[in-house]
Amino acid sequence: MSTAAKPIATLRSVTGVPTGRLAMWWLLASEIVIFGGLLMSYVMHRIGHPEWATEAAHTNTTAGAINTVVLLSSSLSAVLAHQAAQTGDGKKAARYLWLTILGACMFLVIKSFEWTHEIKEGFVLTRSGFWSFYYCAAGLHALHVIAGSIAMGIVAWDAAKGKELQRVEYAGIYWHFVDVVWVFLFPLLYIAK
Amino acid sequence: MSQTATHHEHAHDAHGHDAHGGHGHHEEPGFIKKYLWSTDHKMIAQQYMWTGMAMALIGGYLAYAFRMQLAFPGKFIPAYGYMSSLQYNTAVTNHGTIMIFWFAMPVLIAAFGNFLIPLMLGCDDMVFPRINRLSYQVFLLSAIVLIASFLVPGGGFNGAWTAYPPLSANSEYNMAHWGSTLWVLAVALEFVAFLLGGINFITTAMNSRAPGMRLWDMPLVVWMIVVASILFMASVGPLVAGAVMLLFDQNFGTFFFAPEKGGDPILWQHLFWFFGHPEVYVVLLPAMGMSGDIIATFSRKKLFAYKTLLYTVFGTGIISFFVWAHHQFIAGIDPRMANIFTVTTLIISVPIAEMCFLFIATLYGGSIRLTVPMLWGLAFVGEFLLGGVTGIFLGASGADIFFHDSYFVVAHFHYTFVPIAVIGFFMGFTYWSPKMFGLMLDETIGKIHFWITIVGFNMIFIPLFFTGLWGDHRRIYNYNNFSQQARPELQDLRIIATVGLLIMISAQVLFVINLIKSFLITKKKAGENPWQANTLEWQCPSPPPHGNFSTMPTVYRGPYEYSVPDRESDFFPQNEPPAA
Repeated sequence: MSTAAKPIATLRSVTGVPTGRLAMWWLLASEIVIFGGLLMSYVMHRIGHPEWATEAAHTNTTAGAINTVVLLSSSLSAVLAHQAAQTGDGKKAARYLWLTILGACMFLVIKSFEWTHEIKEGFVLTRSGFWSFYYCAAGLHALHVIAGSIAMGIVAWDAAKGKELQRVEYAGIYWHFVDVVWVFLFPLLYIAK
Repeated sequence: MSQTATHHEHAHDAHGHDAHGGHGHHEEPGFIKKYLWSTDHKMIAQQYMWTGMAMALIGGYLAYAFRMQLAFPGKFIPAYGYMSSLQYNTAVTNHGTIMIFWFAMPVLIAAFGNFLIPLMLGCDDMVFPRINRLSYQVFLLSAIVLIASFLVPGGGFNGAWTAYPPLSANSEYNMAHWGSTLWVLAVALEFVAFLLGGINFITTAMNSRAPGMRLWDMPLVVWMIVVASILFMASVGPLVAGAVMLLFDQNFGTFFFAPEKGGDPILWQHLFWFFGHPEVYVVLLPAMGMSGDIIATFSRKKLFAYKTLLYTVFGTGIISFFVWAHHQFIAGIDPRMANIFTVTTLIISVPIAEMCFLFIATLYGGSIRLTVPMLWGLAFVGEFLLGGVTGIFLGASGADIFFHDSYFVVAHFHYTFVPIAVIGFFMGFTYWSPKMFGLMLDETIGKIHFWITIVGFNMIFIPLFFTGLWGDHRRIYNYNNFSQQARPELQDLRIIATVGLLIMISAQVLFVINLIKSFLITKKKAGENPWQANTLEWQCPSPPPHGNFSTMPTVYRGPYEYSVPDRESDFFPQNEPPAA
């Protein structure tokens, strides 16, 4: 069944900002408060528990740093995808998006090795409050990485056929947000000892 | 800038319109597509409304059961049986949860928001119809999960609707492991549904207003629903995080909220009330907006100080983020903090009082028509006022230490939530059902229904102010089991409250009779504009067809131009071109 024609409401743009981009910003606003609440809770606890520093010392900072590089570089290809979409080259945009998804997968693979190692060493979810927050916050972020990859896959699929090219930009905005969350998580969970 | 935007608009309109014309001919949607899988905002609004009403039946039944237990402790309850203390806690918990999250929210925000926003802004639909459909489906799933939580081993969740840990986090204490997990899951799903819906509401209002409609031309109720959606979006995040943490505590043995392992139960209270207090305004504002629209229409007068009213709404929204700890005065927070939150709490009553005064000023000198929706609208303002005034007692930290967890608190927040949810629903339903269904409701039955409901409602909660004042604790299922709490001299008041509830519930039979009579027997056609109102939803057929308007409207003026001098009729629709 073909998708129904878009309603007139969708085509209007009173503010001048495309409706899809506007919605993406509001979605991010709601996401920011979710992570904001979680990280605020963590920071308050962390201040109240100086002994968590010894727990935090067991996190794998190297793996975290590599993952930071991987995730930040994947944002570059998201930007390049947006550029390609702006020139109307859907195929090229799709290729760059797949490259971004590759980065996301690499991030998840590194993370899974890292977590396997930590769990084997006995640093499990219930070991202490620090590890609860560690797995909870990074896990919620990983879910966003997975969701973002799926969304980008769908967008890339359409973009390769030259459809809905404006969505390449929205997927990119979302991906930058996923990056930015990690930029907060990395120092808070890994570096702060 | 707005010039070019308008030009674009017309080009699109013409185009979109043609597409519609071709569309309507050959495609009559089947039953499933029309009623269950619809992307039409009006159908989604109805889905939300009927689901909300069905959930309200469950919530009302639970209230009936535990009020009977309180009036006649330990006796057989007709249509329920004997009630155990655990069942009592389950009933109270889920009554609160359902009435707020599965009745007030879906009906006031989702149902009326979905129905009114596109119509009042002159759109053919929401900007994202499929996200809208998804929002309802997630909501329906959440309702199913909540109902399932009653049926699992251990029974439904019983840790109060605020779900304070450690009671909510530890199944050794609440004895309902599956029930509490499903409860948290249901609430989290419900939040997702309303976040999806909220994005739709906000973007539609920002980006898809009819040509000529400025932000300051939007009807009050649209403004209020949009502000409520923003408040919801900005406040619910921490609780979503909190819900994840609570699920971890319940199921994986973490200790985010377990004090013996370095967690903090007060953290949950902060996360909950940081959402929970703005939530009061999330449901209040749409009801306020409806009553404002209704009062202006039936006073045949311009709404008094429209812009000032909106500024007070924004003020309320902002202040509502700084009052949450007034729920925690006896939770061991620093008394200096309590002082600050007392002050902010007393401050927030100022804009709310101002809204009430502006409504009264609108009434002053108007040609008031006491129709059924107008009665509900006036009752909303009056009854909510009682809730607001008693809130002052509780907002003052000194007095709150005495009132805390007594029936005074119960009576107070029911004087806010019943006007919001119940009166608000009837206000909106009686006013907009001619548009929704194209048929007029019976005025006489409507008035009898109104009066009996209002009398029943006051009969429940006025006595509870007194029992609370005299020390009735709110979390006790059988006072006879607690010698210090027994207070047999208060039993008459407790019974009066229960009788009031029975009256209020039986009055709803009249509402059902009214629906049957008006929609199935008399079928009096409403026509396009039965209330002679200005806003755009009344300038299209009733019920509006798919796509709403036969020609997309252009807006020339604000929504409240009633009784304009030198005009024959006393209303001036927003889309009527000015006389040349």
